[in-house]
Amino acid sequence: MGNFGNKWNKFVEIFVERNGYVKVVEGLQNTLLIAVFGMLIGILIGTLIATVRVIPKYKTLPRALNAVCTFYVGLFRGTPMVVQLLVFYYVLLPLMGVKMQGVRVAMFVFGLNSGAYISEIMRSGIQSVDAGQLEAGRAVGLGFAPAMIKIVIPQAVKNILPTLGNEFIALIKETSVVSFVGAADLYVAFNYIGSNSYEFMVPYLVMAAIYIVLVMFISLLVKIMERSLKKSDRRN
Amino acid sequence: MIDVIDLKKSFGSLEVLKGINVTVNKGDIVVVIGPSGSGKSTFLRCLNCMEDPTSGSIIFNGVDIADMRVDINVHRRHMGMVFQHFNLFNNKTVIENIMLAPVYVRCQELKKRRRQRLFGKGGQEAAPQATKAQIKEQAYGEALALLKRIGLEDKADAYPSTLSGGQKQRVAIVRALAMNPDVILFDEPTSALDPEMVGEVLDLMKELAKEGMTMVIVTHEMGFAKEVANRVLFMDEGVILESAPPKEFFANPQHARAKEFLSKVL
Repeated sequence: MGNFGNKWNKFVEIFVERNGYVKVVEGLQNTLLIAVFGMLIGILIGTLIATVRVIPKYKTLPRALNAVCTFYVGLFRGTPMVVQLLVFYYVLLPLMGVKMQGVRVAMFVFGLNSGAYISEIMRSGIQSVDAGQLEAGRAVGLGFAPAMIKIVIPQAVKNILPTLGNEFIALIKETSVVSFVGAADLYVAFNYIGSNSYEFMVPYLVMAAIYIVLVMFISLLVKIMERSLKKSDRRN
Repeated sequence: MIDVIDLKKSFGSLEVLKGINVTVNKGDIVVVIGPSGSGKSTFLRCLNCMEDPTSGSIIFNGVDIADMRVDINVHRRHMGMVFQHFNLFNNKTVIENIMLAPVYVRCQELKKRRRQRLFGKGGQEAAPQATKAQIKEQAYGEALALLKRIGLEDKADAYPSTLSGGQKQRVAIVRALAMNPDVILFDEPTSALDPEMVGEVLDLMKELAKEGMTMVIVTHEMGFAKEVANRVLFMDEGVILESAPPKEFFANPQHARAKEFLSKVL
């Protein structure tokens, strides 16, 4: 460790003087973009799937949809994120003849993947709401959909907010694999700095620190949100 | 007003209701009593199709609402329901609980009228009569009046979790009233309450009875049944064994099972 100061100086030199910070800012931006858009797409898909899973299944259509959703969730939970990225980027997109930037592909795949996880979180959230809430909504003459949207889902979201926050944190951490499809994230930025100085200790240490700060910051946000949503929740 | 014809309900292989025939007339106060597991709650929940009847008909205002093709939501708006566990919407304030259904229904009607006008079906008379803001304001006023009636206007912006059980149930009753229903169904409204709060809820129900509201009540409050009901239904094992005015029923029950039940609860 005697030459740690040396290593630090080299890092600072590249970071500041040779525009390493530009790469890092760009990488951070991409990391957050992928996580945020992945999460948004995931919430959309997850809510749709969870809805299909909780609607009553007397008729054929809901049953068929349910089967499709089960397959989807099984597929995306049963394969690693890296594999999904690679298959999308190198198999599906060329087959469809679509050209897409690595970052966009990553957002899309992260959305599809987190959708599968979020659907399960949503479903348990919806099921954790007392059945009497839906009944009371139906009893005053609301249909199934309006009763769900106005009464059950808001309560379900409140119940699952901490879990949803964890899912977002997991997404942020998983973005570190997007360089497989050529998206420049934090890892790519620090790897660039490291390979220019032939010195990886400090860059990777700083990278770890950035991830930790990011995650702690988001945990804090989730806690604040939870607290503000708890107002109506002082249960009995 | 409600004609129940040969109503049967099974859960899987368990037959809970074995052919019920009842008529509820306007202004009737029907109290349903019986041992637990006799099917009285299921019977009540079938009246507004909370449970879909397995067979039989429920004719409400001339329409068989047990028919799956009927839009049940429209008919439920004319049938209030009060639950054992209150079931106030936890994510809404007290006043929002009361306003929710009236605002929703009136806004739906507003949309429908707008659509009709757009396609030129209704002509001039189909013009929207109020905006959404006006609807909300009107519903707010009505809800506040209902809260004043039960002396809880200061709780308008509180969440249900901060109310006592008796207050919750009274709010639940005026939530049902807000839709101006033709009949209110009560599913053991006082069973989940502390004893000292039972009185306030029963008093409100008595008030409604005096005003001529039609009510069907499943309860274990025999005193209330004696005082307020104009008909008592005694149920056991999925059938109605006795249907009589309370004086007759409590003084001189005909059926052995009813005698046994009364000797235990009175």
